[in-house]
Amino acid sequence: MDILGTVLPALGDAFGLILQPSVLMFLALGVVMGLAVGVFPGLGGIAGLSLVLPFIFGMDTVSGLALMVGMVAVVPTSDTFASVLMGIPGSSASQATVLDGFPLAQKGEAARALAAAFASSLFGGLVGALFLTFFILIARPIVLAFGLPEMLMITIFGLSMVAVLAGRVPLKGLAAAGLGLLVGTIGEADAGGSLRMATYDIAYLTDGLKLVIVGLGIFAVPEIVTLLRQDQSIAKDAVLGAGWLDGVKDWWRNKMLSVRCAVIGVIVGVIPGLGGSVVDWIAYGHTVQTTRDKSKFGSGEIRGIIGPESSNNAKEGGGLVPTLIFGIPGSGSMAVFIGAVALLGSGDLEVGPQMLSANYLDITYSIVWLLALANVVGTALCIGLSPTIAKLTTIRFTLLAPFLFMLISFAAFQSGQNLADLVALFSIGLLGIFLRRFDWSRPAFLIGFVLSNPAETFANQAYQVAASKFREGMASGMEYLFGPIVIVLIVITAISIYFGIRQAKVIMAEGEVKSGGKRAPVIFMVLVGIYFVVSFYNASLISDRLITDKIFPMFVASVGMICVAIMLVMMTRRPATDTIFADRESDGGGSLPVHGLWPTLAWFGFLLILTSLAGFILALLVFLPAFMRFRAGLSWTKAGIYTVCSIAFMMFMAWVLNREFPPGLLQHFLELPWPLT
Amino acid sequence: MSGVSKHLRHAAVGAAALAAFGIGASANAETNLAGKTIQWTIPFSETGGSAKWANFFAPLLGEALPGSPKVVVRFMPGAGSTKGANWFQKQKNGDGTVMFGSSGSTQFPYLLGDPRVRYEYKDWKPVMATGTGGVAYLPAKLGAKFDGTANKLKGEKFIYGSQGATRLDLVPILAWKMLGLSVEPVFGIKSRGAGRLMFERGEANIDYQTSSAYLKSVVPLVKDGKAVPMMTWGSLDSAGKIVRDPTFPDIPTFKEVCEKTDGCQPSGEQWDAWKAFFIAGFPVQKIAFLPKGTSQEVVDTLTAGFAKVKGRADFEKISAKRLGKYPMFVGKDAQAALARATSVPDSAKAFVKKWLKADYGVELK
Repeated sequence: MDILGTVLPALGDAFGLILQPSVLMFLALGVVMGLAVGVFPGLGGIAGLSLVLPFIFGMDTVSGLALMVGMVAVVPTSDTFASVLMGIPGSSASQATVLDGFPLAQKGEAARALAAAFASSLFGGLVGALFLTFFILIARPIVLAFGLPEMLMITIFGLSMVAVLAGRVPLKGLAAAGLGLLVGTIGEADAGGSLRMATYDIAYLTDGLKLVIVGLGIFAVPEIVTLLRQDQSIAKDAVLGAGWLDGVKDWWRNKMLSVRCAVIGVIVGVIPGLGGSVVDWIAYGHTVQTTRDKSKFGSGEIRGIIGPESSNNAKEGGGLVPTLIFGIPGSGSMAVFIGAVALLGSGDLEVGPQMLSANYLDITYSIVWLLALANVVGTALCIGLSPTIAKLTTIRFTLLAPFLFMLISFAAFQSGQNLADLVALFSIGLLGIFLRRFDWSRPAFLIGFVLSNPAETFANQAYQVAASKFREGMASGMEYLFGPIVIVLIVITAISIYFGIRQAKVIMAEGEVKSGGKRAPVIFMVLVGIYFVVSFYNASLISDRLITDKIFPMFVASVGMICVAIMLVMMTRRPATDTIFADRESDGGGSLPVHGLWPTLAWFGFLLILTSLAGFILALLVFLPAFMRFRAGLSWTKAGIYTVCSIAFMMFMAWVLNREFPPGLLQHFLELPWPLT
Repeated sequence: MSGVSKHLRHAAVGAAALAAFGIGASANAETNLAGKTIQWTIPFSETGGSAKWANFFAPLLGEALPGSPKVVVRFMPGAGSTKGANWFQKQKNGDGTVMFGSSGSTQFPYLLGDPRVRYEYKDWKPVMATGTGGVAYLPAKLGAKFDGTANKLKGEKFIYGSQGATRLDLVPILAWKMLGLSVEPVFGIKSRGAGRLMFERGEANIDYQTSSAYLKSVVPLVKDGKAVPMMTWGSLDSAGKIVRDPTFPDIPTFKEVCEKTDGCQPSGEQWDAWKAFFIAGFPVQKIAFLPKGTSQEVVDTLTAGFAKVKGRADFEKISAKRLGKYPMFVGKDAQAALARATSVPDSAKAFVKKWLKADYGVELK
């Protein structure tokens, strides 16, 4: 394409389009709304977009784009708040940020961590936009070069990050990833529709577990429960240390890392059907591998924030490529975006190859640069807010916990609109608590879960297509499977695994864990082993006609069984102080929590049971004052005020976003008015 | 700006109407819905074709109904849309504020006796239905061997990116089988768009898209000489006969191709089964329903609302652009469309079940 003749005028026109007061106003409005939605864990761009959809119809094209892009762009920025401050991955884009962000918050350096994250986000977003301006012109052949074998290799590369995050016992990390992969296969198989570890009698399981629930359960629930048991503030001793300026300086010192991760973000984001979920892990893995002193990862290494945060905003830019020029959404929010674009203006604008033609290139560029601009506005707002919001970490956590639990239950419920969502959250949360206690790598589990479906589908499909190419001839089969991109990826993956395993022992992604006592770790190991065996048996029952539905779970379960078997043998031979017996509860010294695990969990079980009986709002009406009075020790008056404010807030959110609350048994018999429905 | 102000204006008009006539003092026999919110539940996620469909109609319907109620679209995905449909079956609120939108993917499990189905189409009150068509196409090299018959394609090995044999893909897969083509479906792709991408990458060498997607994404490929149209599924005339798709008058229908191809016959058990599922999946693809037990007055009000939308001077223009050229049925026509889409002879059902099990090992139990 003629760069001078087409691109530069189009870029000029694009800036002309977006630098109008009304457009900027809509952009700012979108950003503010996106921030308001994005700070709540589990509610992402889709919830925000559906909020503005009613107003989109017939709206002026550029203004409408500004509103929507502003909202989509800011979500990966704003969800950093939850990741850093509460250890809750706000969305799949900020999973890796939790690993080092939350320990920093516990050290009282929340403002620094947030500022470094936001500076990286901003920079990543801008680099992404700049890169995209030129890349989008040549993107079509590149995207088409990514066939099924290439996507499978990218998925495997993503899985290889497990090597870095496996923890001190590599086999345990592998088994954790295997468990994640297996949990990801629960439900109806994509290929033939066979059920795995599910039955039609429990309709909920046939759809499989949702990422929101697993993410919240694995990371958020254990953190909340731990903090609650210690009955302290998040920042130890409730003191705030380094401020936001230090964070910006941290970012500046690591700007080259930021550039590299931003480019990783754009490139991985471009690949349709993968994008979002792996980017931050790949960036985290890259960051670890390129950092000389690896000892601080997992206990508050600032580079561990800068890497993933630089990549996740750049990814949104990359995700525009398949969305705009192929009409294939890179993520859920992009899919809503495509649908909404058709409602804009006179309806002429349709995403597809024509977005690159001279007629529409200015619109395409205005989308790219609106995204960049939204990053600037969003980041400025976030940095401005972070010192204030960081103060949350000095509040006694017992006061925050019920509010957080209310929010994540609400968010979890939105994923399936089923009471079973809450049961799933509770169960996965319990698993998360044990994984954390016995030092099984939770990141490895989550990477496995996220990549389970891509790994299975791409492997099956690539196998099928390859088989037909091999029928044409050996040469065309080999050419299909081992293209240049695949070979490069195989080499990168091999190198990454080799170094990953060598480094993994130093990296304690979740801090140090003491050992002592054999009984509990062995019991948990055996339980995990039993799950592998049952999954294997369950998958083996599927008819051989549907081999594509059974081969993957059986393979993963076999690997898992072997890992567990070897570890059990190791356990019989090693002393109770060995790292393999890591157990956070074994710690005899001073930091034992004030409250026990089971009484703390019982509170949440109580909320769950109440909800299943009387619906969410009525349950909160009992749970919140009871918790505040008996666990937090507030007076009845204060507990009452807390309850009223929390519930009012919850209702306002649900009303604005037009969402429902979990109903209970009572609602089954009685028709009650909203919000009691 | 105009979008927001337009909405405010509607709200203002609604409020003014309320103030002028007083609540319940509506002059005609229609139910006045002023101040109400209609929840239109779509049993799919925010990202699919049904979402686009409902989001397009929702504001227009709100504008057209007496009292200009707010129409909001709610999404309840799960279990291949049977979850939302099962939920709708239990709804009793027949005051017009609860509406449902089903699609071919809701119709097929119902017809195939999927064990998850706890809903009954006959209970529901259809108020509007739309349809679509589909076009099958080939890469240029194979397209050159297509001469209006599939005879020269019979030795070829085809790969097709499919969402699943029990979905809408059943219609193309069965059609190709009847033509004697050896097509191997690669299951588990996430959308028809992803299937098209497989075709563009050369991993798949046969594909189909619905009318609007074909116009948007495949026509450019045809112009570039990368793809060649093969056949459409056709369109139904008022007598229920398959004729050429008016959107693609130059492309032969599957029926024509079948007649000319050796060994394929547009009659008999196989053909009846194909035709029945084609009708349920394409010409009557998406239907808007009110729940069981809704009064005729409310049904009439909603029907009139959709009729008003259809009657807009600019309707053809905006719907063609935003939705593709879909035929739209309202009221009695919607009822007739529903009857066509859900009355599949038992022999056709039995045939399809037997074929799915024999060829793909898929059993619905």
